[in-house]
Amino acid sequence: MSVLVPTSLADALQALAEHPDATVLAGGTDLMVELNGGHRRATSVVVVNRVPELCTWRHDPITQTLRLGAGVTYGQIERDPIASLVPGLAEAARTVGSPQIRHAATIGGNVGTCSPAGDGLPVLSALNAEVELVSAEGIRSVPFASFMVGPKRTLREPGELITAITVPVVDGWQGYAKVGVRNAMVIATASASLVADARRGTVAIALGSVGPTILRCPEAEAYAMQHANFSERSLAADVVSHCCELVRLASRPIDDHRSTAAYRRHAVGVLAGRLLRRAFPND
Amino acid sequence: MTDTALPTDVRPGRLGHSTLRPDGVAKVQGTFQFSGDLTADGVLWGATLRSPHPYARILRIDVSGAWKINGVEAVITAADVPGVMTYGLIDQDQPVFASDVVRFVGEPIAAVAANHPDACRRALDAIVVEYEVLEPLTDPEKAVDGSFEPIHPLGNVFRQQRIVRGDQTIEGPIVVEGTYELGMQDQAFLGLEAALAVPDAGGTGVELHVATQWLHEDRKQIAACLGMADEKVRLVLGGVGGAFGAREDISLQVHTCLLALRTSRPVRMAYSRHESFLGHVHRHPCRIFMRHHADHDGRLRRVEARFVFDGGAYASTSSAVLVNGITHAQGPYKCENATVDGWAVRTNNLPCGAMRGFGVVQACFAHEAQMDKLAVAVGLDPLEVRLRNAMETGDRLITGQVVESVAPVQRLIRELAAMPLPGEPVGGHDRDPMRLPGGAGRTADVGNVRRGIGWAVSIKNLMYSEGFDDYSTARVRLADGVATVKFATAEVGQGFVTLAGQIARSVLGVDNVVLDQIDTQVGSAGSTSASRQTWMSGGAVDGACRLVRERMFERVALLHGVDPLGLVIEGTEVVDTVSGLRVEVSEASAGIEFDETFEHHHRPTEDLDEFGQGNCHTAFAFAAHRAVVDVDPELGLVKVVQVATVQDIGRALNPLSITGQIEGGIAQGVGLAVMEEIIQVNGHVKNASFTDYLLPTFLDMPDVVIGLVEEPEPQAPLGAKGVGEPPTVSSTPAVVAAIRDAIGKDLTRVPVRPTDIVFG
Amino acid sequence: MTEPGNLIYTLHVNGQSSDVRDAWIGESLLYVLRERLGLMGSKGACEQGECGSCSVLVDGELVCSCLVLAAGAVGQQITTIEGVAPAGAPSDVQQAFVDAGAVQCGFCTPGLIMATHSLLERSPEPTEYEIREELSGNICRCTGYGRIIEAVQRVAVARRGAQ
Repeated sequence: MSVLVPTSLADALQALAEHPDATVLAGGTDLMVELNGGHRRATSVVVVNRVPELCTWRHDPITQTLRLGAGVTYGQIERDPIASLVPGLAEAARTVGSPQIRHAATIGGNVGTCSPAGDGLPVLSALNAEVELVSAEGIRSVPFASFMVGPKRTLREPGELITAITVPVVDGWQGYAKVGVRNAMVIATASASLVADARRGTVAIALGSVGPTILRCPEAEAYAMQHANFSERSLAADVVSHCCELVRLASRPIDDHRSTAAYRRHAVGVLAGRLLRRAFPND
Repeated sequence: MTDTALPTDVRPGRLGHSTLRPDGVAKVQGTFQFSGDLTADGVLWGATLRSPHPYARILRIDVSGAWKINGVEAVITAADVPGVMTYGLIDQDQPVFASDVVRFVGEPIAAVAANHPDACRRALDAIVVEYEVLEPLTDPEKAVDGSFEPIHPLGNVFRQQRIVRGDQTIEGPIVVEGTYELGMQDQAFLGLEAALAVPDAGGTGVELHVATQWLHEDRKQIAACLGMADEKVRLVLGGVGGAFGAREDISLQVHTCLLALRTSRPVRMAYSRHESFLGHVHRHPCRIFMRHHADHDGRLRRVEARFVFDGGAYASTSSAVLVNGITHAQGPYKCENATVDGWAVRTNNLPCGAMRGFGVVQACFAHEAQMDKLAVAVGLDPLEVRLRNAMETGDRLITGQVVESVAPVQRLIRELAAMPLPGEPVGGHDRDPMRLPGGAGRTADVGNVRRGIGWAVSIKNLMYSEGFDDYSTARVRLADGVATVKFATAEVGQGFVTLAGQIARSVLGVDNVVLDQIDTQVGSAGSTSASRQTWMSGGAVDGACRLVRERMFERVALLHGVDPLGLVIEGTEVVDTVSGLRVEVSEASAGIEFDETFEHHHRPTEDLDEFGQGNCHTAFAFAAHRAVVDVDPELGLVKVVQVATVQDIGRALNPLSITGQIEGGIAQGVGLAVMEEIIQVNGHVKNASFTDYLLPTFLDMPDVVIGLVEEPEPQAPLGAKGVGEPPTVSSTPAVVAAIRDAIGKDLTRVPVRPTDIVFG
Repeated sequence: MTEPGNLIYTLHVNGQSSDVRDAWIGESLLYVLRERLGLMGSKGACEQGECGSCSVLVDGELVCSCLVLAAGAVGQQITTIEGVAPAGAPSDVQQAFVDAGAVQCGFCTPGLIMATHSLLERSPEPTEYEIREELSGNICRCTGYGRIIEAVQRVAVARRGAQ
């Protein structure tokens, strides 16, 4: 029964090794809600927001990748210099909770909680992000798509710590759009991210809040890639419409108190269409 | 931004001046003590065990587990209530603790006191309650038609009331009709329910510091449940973090006192947000059918309506809300003939009672949608059809009551039409995505958005109705130029504490006013609700000050050999208009204390008869709203861009306070229009948190443009009408009308949901 | 099961070290500030980070103290409403809130004062929409926000004039 505040990665890993059932607390914006509400009682807590290795980020211009330490906050991501490297993730960051939440909430925490409504997650999915996990035993890297296995369920093992998220710095357009009933500070009813990689000629579309995990839309992506002109940034209107339909079909929404399955299915189609048009403004 | 003109020629601190709040500095510094900030040596925390079922029979309650938790000092249930087992504002039908049946999710069953909130939580977890779960009554129509067995010994109908007036045979020639629905809105004040109870030595009495709207009514109900005389229960107003109707009913008051008396120690209770959603009354969900018969020129001939208010599990003020709703069915329009029927019924949904607008919000949403339909049906502009029907002083309501209040409805509409529209196009000149529907979610581009404009006008009664004498009391003392004002008026944020000082300074010619503690050591002030405190408690303070002034004038007259009738106050002096004698008030009150108490009563009102006829209301205020919205029809998202309003206020006693009431009231109206609803499924609450019950943020609140119509109200002691409720009443229908205008759909329900816009 | 009351740690609040004793493990910073250190100015209205009433600065960043694990905030510099100005002398932001009519019930006010100071530190001349976005985590139920925006703008103008 303890609260440990390690100040190095080694100490953090040792703490987790000694308390494999300990709760990892990063920004606190998910865990504290559960503690305050009495839905969960803390036993041992390892606080990782003071581990310097987790709070740094690095842009590698050679590999064109961005490695974000798990402790990087959404407040950092929504602003330059990170924002211009991953503008889609920055757009998502700007919709996370409130400014207060973004100052505390970390990308590692978002990935660790792995709610289907997590705002950063569709962008990470569309970017084919890699999740880096470290334990006393060693290090491994898992594609985000396989890391998330269900609502708030991941491949993270006890004793493992999410240490970094690595994403490519893409030459092309990327963006995020999120439907919520309020104009700020709202959980996504439905969301979508689109990444158009001009160099590789790929289009990736990922959906949030319309399935048990973040969903990709392989059919829609393939259809868009096939018809898109990346140099002219053009895509025919009927192709956009068809992609929207394929996106709707890819969604697996449910009814709940926030909205209906029918609306969510409809909404992700609309969002995909608008994101495609932002990526490919020309008909 | 608001461009309310502030008067410049008024002496600071006096009536008409935008005097600043006396508690403002303490509030910005965080030193103002809210009820949840109060503590005492040796204090315990209290907490409440609540029903998880909307309707169930209690088979067994076993509290023995709670006693085993370290730190627990008391565990109480219905068996520990020494006095009356039930309470309520009108009918005492709500148990202090449920003992045989629970009738809504969140109904209290037991309470504990312990040395730490988490010990309380564990103790609650350790109490075992066995239930026989019953099928809940959640459809109010089943209460109306009698098809559901009574869920309470007093039956499933709180009240049915008809209004039948004039020629019942009138039909057409123009007929418009519709069925309208409002969801359950929560007051969502920020300062959660909290109280500190301190028992007297020997347990013969108790002092309760609590955030409430009406100290004396609380005391009456608490004392009855404690089995004590009223004077053994002393209430002191704890700092109140907003109210909006939700603190008119008892919540934790009795529980806190019982725990304190049981443990002989001070006890604090403080609700969580989740608990607050379950633990206070809400705005009634309502279903309204309305049919208007009109001439081809748009003049109303007859209104037909049927209202069903879902009052939830216990009566609270449902019967009064019902009467408010049905008696305002005609809106601020002339109409001679009416056929209205209304029910307020009991269900196993959350109990409902007072919220800003009190039944009139529901009526206004329906009648304003109808006026827009009528405008279309007769080919008139929505403003023109309202102008043609606009009520005037001297007109009769459908209850037969003559509207004696100032009724500047035409003027409100004309001045509203002249208010400036938003200066910027969709998305604004700076193209900030935050300005578009969807805001931070960046869902829309400018091309996806349509703009709409909508209008609504309202009439709202002021003060209590149907024979209730909701008087207010004030005591004023003047000595050495310092006035001390005492009242039991609950300051909930509205600013009566500011106004009381302004009145005293104006009437008595003093600069220095001390406000005494707000408690039950003076007569009742009535409730801080029904837009009534400026009129009622303002009248009481004014009356007490006038009595003090009279005695001071008598003294000056005696000392200086002048006629007291020639004396007036100018600045800080007593001035003889005959001789020119001038005496400073500080001198006139030197070495003596004038001490006067005054009760202000409004004129008597009557019950409605079986046909809904009678002078049941005291006075009326009017308001008009225009909303401009941007809508993304494909996603169903809305951005309210601007709300303009012109309001009938009688007289602006404090323009800055009025601006605050109007802007704040509009925020709650906008919230109901586009996002606020407690969602219940088969009696279970799905969104009892600020994560899912959404309130407007800075990015949801439109610009507000305000115009004030000042035609002093002859009946009102200070010429001023209450201003709190009208902004909430007609802003909601204006916003919905604007959304209809943008998308061309017949939206009949609030809050308007994205699905209504997309699939409706 | 947690053993209650066994934690002892030190927090740095408003420039002072404060020992916290007998604390329970899950206590939020908001709870500890109010109930253990007697700093009642920070308010709790949701305990979910959805209202901003409990806003404080932790190492200079505006956060919701209800979402900070108190025992995890050791070694960090915490500033509360009690620390933004010397006792008895309101800051320019505080005074502007009073003067502009930005206060009604006042429950959200301490959090908004913290958020406004933080905003104006980063962005001395915010646009109206910047104010709206930066303060969007602070819910006010009384005012409709109009007078608050006015107050923030007054401070920005006054500070510019003072330069």
